[in-house]
Amino acid sequence: MGVNRRDFLKITGLGALAGAGSKVAADLVFKDQAEAREARSNKGAFVGKRWAMVVDTKKCIEKVEKDGCRDCAIACHTVHNVPDFGNPKDEIKWIWQEPYEHAFPNQHHPYTAEGLEGAPFVVFCNHCDNPPCVRVCPTKATFKREDGIVMMDFHRCIGCRFCMAACPYGSRSFNWRNPRPFIQNIQENFPTRMRGVVEKCLFCEERLAEGLSPACVEACKVKALIFGDLEDPDSEVREILHTHRSIQRKPGLGTMPQIYYIV
Amino acid sequence: MIDKALIGGKKYYGLIAVLLGVIGVGFLCYLWQFFHGLGITGMGRDVSWGLYIAQFTFLVGVAASAVMVVLPYYLHNYKAFGRITVLGEFLAISSVAMCMLFIFVDMGQPLRVLNVLLHPTPNSVMFWDMLVLSGYLALNILIGWISLDCERKGVAPPKWIKPFVYLSIPWAVSIHTVTAFLYAGLPGRHLWLTAIMAARFIASAFASGPSLLIILCLIVRKTTRFDPGKEAVQTLAKIVTYAMIINLFFLGLEFFTAFYSRIPGHMQPLVYLYAGLEGHGVLIPWMWTSTALAALSLVLLVNPVTRRHESVLVVAVVSVFFSTWIDKGMGLVVGGFIPNPLEEVVEYVPTLPEVLITLGVWAIGFLILTILFKIAITVKEGVEEAGA
Repeated sequence: MGVNRRDFLKITGLGALAGAGSKVAADLVFKDQAEAREARSNKGAFVGKRWAMVVDTKKCIEKVEKDGCRDCAIACHTVHNVPDFGNPKDEIKWIWQEPYEHAFPNQHHPYTAEGLEGAPFVVFCNHCDNPPCVRVCPTKATFKREDGIVMMDFHRCIGCRFCMAACPYGSRSFNWRNPRPFIQNIQENFPTRMRGVVEKCLFCEERLAEGLSPACVEACKVKALIFGDLEDPDSEVREILHTHRSIQRKPGLGTMPQIYYIV
Repeated sequence: MIDKALIGGKKYYGLIAVLLGVIGVGFLCYLWQFFHGLGITGMGRDVSWGLYIAQFTFLVGVAASAVMVVLPYYLHNYKAFGRITVLGEFLAISSVAMCMLFIFVDMGQPLRVLNVLLHPTPNSVMFWDMLVLSGYLALNILIGWISLDCERKGVAPPKWIKPFVYLSIPWAVSIHTVTAFLYAGLPGRHLWLTAIMAARFIASAFASGPSLLIILCLIVRKTTRFDPGKEAVQTLAKIVTYAMIINLFFLGLEFFTAFYSRIPGHMQPLVYLYAGLEGHGVLIPWMWTSTALAALSLVLLVNPVTRRHESVLVVAVVSVFFSTWIDKGMGLVVGGFIPNPLEEVVEYVPTLPEVLITLGVWAIGFLILTILFKIAITVKEGVEEAGA
């Protein structure tokens, strides 16, 4: 016999090790992709080619002026574990209201239509088609998905805040301190963040994956927020944009914001 | 040669002790920032870069300015600079070290810094900035160390070092160009969105860096037996003069474009910096101090009588240094964020721990500089005494 017991054991042992090793390697390489594919093909998930939002500002302003409505912001900030530090310097905002002249700084003039000056406009990440934040990020921690959502990987972000300097809408917030003690009710199904990373509205991609509308859209009682796929010619967003005059924030910068405001 | 840094006089040890003390205080503050987060600084959601990034920006200029001694010496065989090229290169090393530290202390998640290399992103200017800065650091360590070692041994530098020397010249320009691109390519930040940003950066760099080098040369002459030479200092002074004139000319161009076009977005940050906006203007006294120092320095530098007088020259170059430091090390970065993208004016004032961390990083830079200069000057003293 050319192979004695000792050698046989050695060879089979190494073989088993190599087998286990390649299995681990294969898992590492392919499992992520397989899981990603699974998530995308999740049954009942909302799948779109170019997500966008239309804000029917008239409905929104009426409601806010009637009862100080903040339903969308409360819903969003609750489900996404957004902390409340109670000071404007450290504040983290995913969706909030700005007076007309601040939301659209280039478009107000002394004779602005009555009721528009100072009127609350809901603002959030524009999920730009040409996002400067994505362009400047040195680690790809923020990136644009195929369906147009400008995503954040909280675990990869190094906290350099280049994206905050690049965003012309002030839509990005930084965790200047540990946010966890400042979250009222931690939702277990959404990650909390740690200090030193940037965050923003993610178009509720985690809800879309489960076939749910964005939290703000669901929370809006007057249906002032309309979410949909711009590449679907039969979508509600397409229909509204087709039949109403709409504006975008700072369109001249070429960022191609995907939040449309009907005024 | 490192051994030469270990033996020194009382003043040398004293300086090192003082610097270590400042570093210690800064380090303690950094520990606080590390565990608490950047919330201990004055930065916030509206002004999201502050003193740290501004120092980084300013010091890239100081680092790049080494080229102003390297270029005349190696490309034009200007002998007077032969005595100080190593000093210029060592100043560059300590400046780049400070640049890197300022970026590091500004990071929200410093332990993830290697993500920049793990996920290389060529579309990000920051990725390129990291590459050119580390390359420039390596080049200057290599060139400075090899040349000094040859000087000590009394032999000519090896031929293979020449290509690195030539490479370091455009490389110096690249570090400041890329740093300017961090700012000049952002839509919606009007103060920064200017094609002349890189040129302005380089002009102010060639004013501030050689100014600091002049100050250092004069300190070296006073405290050691090595004299960098009157001619070298005077030529540096001329470089500072031209660079400062060009720097102010470029600044003037910014004012023209903003105020003749009357585009509000372009005017607002300048109005904020120099006159205040909506009742806010903490930087007004600083900006006018910068302007006054610039004017004073020009008067003293342009006039050959005052420029040639070394004690007056000191006043001039100290003025240049602080003028450009205020302009770039505070005004430019902070002003870019005011007003914010929603056209609200939110101001920024650094906090005490932030200032102490900043001083700590400067002290680390000066510690590196002190040690490198000590080595270089001990070598040079030895060479001159052997020759005499």
